[in-house]
Amino acid sequence: MLDINKISKTFNPGTVNEKKALNGLELHLNEGDFVTVIGGNGAGKSTMLNAIAGTWFVDRGSILIDGVDVTRLPEYKRAKYLGRVFQDPMTGTAASMQIEENLALASRRGKHRGLKKGITAKERDFYKEQLKILELGLEDRLTTHVGLLSGGQRQALTLLMATLEKPKLLLLDEHTAALDPKTASKVLDATDKIVERDHLTTIMITHNMKDAIVHGNRLVMMHEGHIIYDVSGEEKKKLAVSDLLHKFEEASGSEFANDRMMLT
Amino acid sequence: MNIMALVNALPGACAQGLIWGIMAIGVFITYKILDLADLTVDGTMCTGGAVCVMMMMSGHSVWTSLLVAFLAGALAGLVTGVLHTLFGIPAILAGILSQLGLYSINLRIMDNKANQAFNLDKFDLLVSLRYIRGVPFYKNTLFVTIIIIAILIAVLYWFFGTELGCSIRATGSNQNMSRAQGINTNITKMIGLMLSNGIVAFASGLYAQYQGFADINAGRGAIVIGLAAVIIAQVLFGKIHGNFAFKLLSVALGGVIYYLVLQVVLWLGLNANDLKLISAIVVAVFLAIPYIKEHYFRKPVKEGGAENA
Repeated sequence: MLDINKISKTFNPGTVNEKKALNGLELHLNEGDFVTVIGGNGAGKSTMLNAIAGTWFVDRGSILIDGVDVTRLPEYKRAKYLGRVFQDPMTGTAASMQIEENLALASRRGKHRGLKKGITAKERDFYKEQLKILELGLEDRLTTHVGLLSGGQRQALTLLMATLEKPKLLLLDEHTAALDPKTASKVLDATDKIVERDHLTTIMITHNMKDAIVHGNRLVMMHEGHIIYDVSGEEKKKLAVSDLLHKFEEASGSEFANDRMMLT
Repeated sequence: MNIMALVNALPGACAQGLIWGIMAIGVFITYKILDLADLTVDGTMCTGGAVCVMMMMSGHSVWTSLLVAFLAGALAGLVTGVLHTLFGIPAILAGILSQLGLYSINLRIMDNKANQAFNLDKFDLLVSLRYIRGVPFYKNTLFVTIIIIAILIAVLYWFFGTELGCSIRATGSNQNMSRAQGINTNITKMIGLMLSNGIVAFASGLYAQYQGFADINAGRGAIVIGLAAVIIAQVLFGKIHGNFAFKLLSVALGGVIYYLVLQVVLWLGLNANDLKLISAIVVAVFLAIPYIKEHYFRKPVKEGGAENA
């Protein structure tokens, strides 16, 4: 479903701020794979997702989604293949627009936007049904402006928007990192539910090692812009946090020093 | 200070305010909906009048002239849009560049004259300072401009409810989200800038008709007046929860209030040459009010506020 072939990206080349963010990264996902991604700060996790999403173009290598070469496709054109949830709850929704308007925008992803009605009565009923899945009571607040919602509600809404039109690939960039633990687990539950229901191919970055082990069928660890550890199936299920720490030290030759990484 | 002088001046001030209100609706589209400060309007507020007057003087109908004025404004907006989106020039600078270039273009449109006056008797005008009193109500400039504003608001209300209109609003609200939802934000910005400047040029065409001439300086400080109307609307009517159509209406009313304030200031004896300074001060005050309210007069949070929040 996804083929990342030896991509590299250097930010600010030739300056003192030069940063090799991706370094010959290679990753291949099968249809229905749910991959969790862990790694220290600056390992290139978010950079990888941005490369797939087309926030900028990579310097070298190619990216194929379901066999389509998207390497030179601008962000808005790739969007039709992708559902995205960002780390910052503010990023994924339009605050000054209503819940139903945000959903209507998402349901037209990858389609022509003309002079037809921006939202129809039939859609509203459908959105109501979909919002019920989140179990946040948003189904009764269709015309509420998104800016009035809490971070957790906004993240849950963004998740729904990302999956309303079944994407070929779902990209989750630490989408629960900014939430309190209770809300985070709620959003994660909803994520599991939707991914399972639609058999979505998913990449989820997380800073929580336990979440990385519990969720998904595959786990990759990144370091210095490429993947240093890739495990799936039964082997992944048997993993413990200590194994991951050990693997990291083994592969990178350094200790896992990261304030934000949660070990439990 | 004769109070009758002020009262007599009011209908005219209202008519001018309504025309500038149309212009302010154009500014609202960029400033509020697209979240761009577009200075092109200082140029297009002249272009529209220049095009309209020259077209009329060469024998075209009022409506054709206004349509072409709209298109000329839209073209200027497109130039700013291309400079901003395709060439990465910051929006403010892109607007300033278009505005500066338009000065020369406006002069060329007006046959290299700084002012082009036409004979009011010769044309069947839509609006005019002559049509304020003593004409049947359907010819009255106040009535005509109100109808035009009503139609404009209806059309914009419909447009910003369409898929395309929604994607323009989304672009102004959150560009990252818009692109993630497959919206080409370059295109939506260009369409917004074209629509905005088209409306401004249309208002400019009306204004030139109203005054009986097109003037190269007609647009100077136009953005400030437009912003004044938008901000007055926000300060005075912002508390009222209305839909999009109400917001547009309040912007048009903002234009009227601006002109009434100006009229009072003039009546108090200030010189017409001081108008620009007064405009700047009025806008600065209205811009400052929300900030001052927030930072200097914020009520302390009551006990238990955290639980209620």
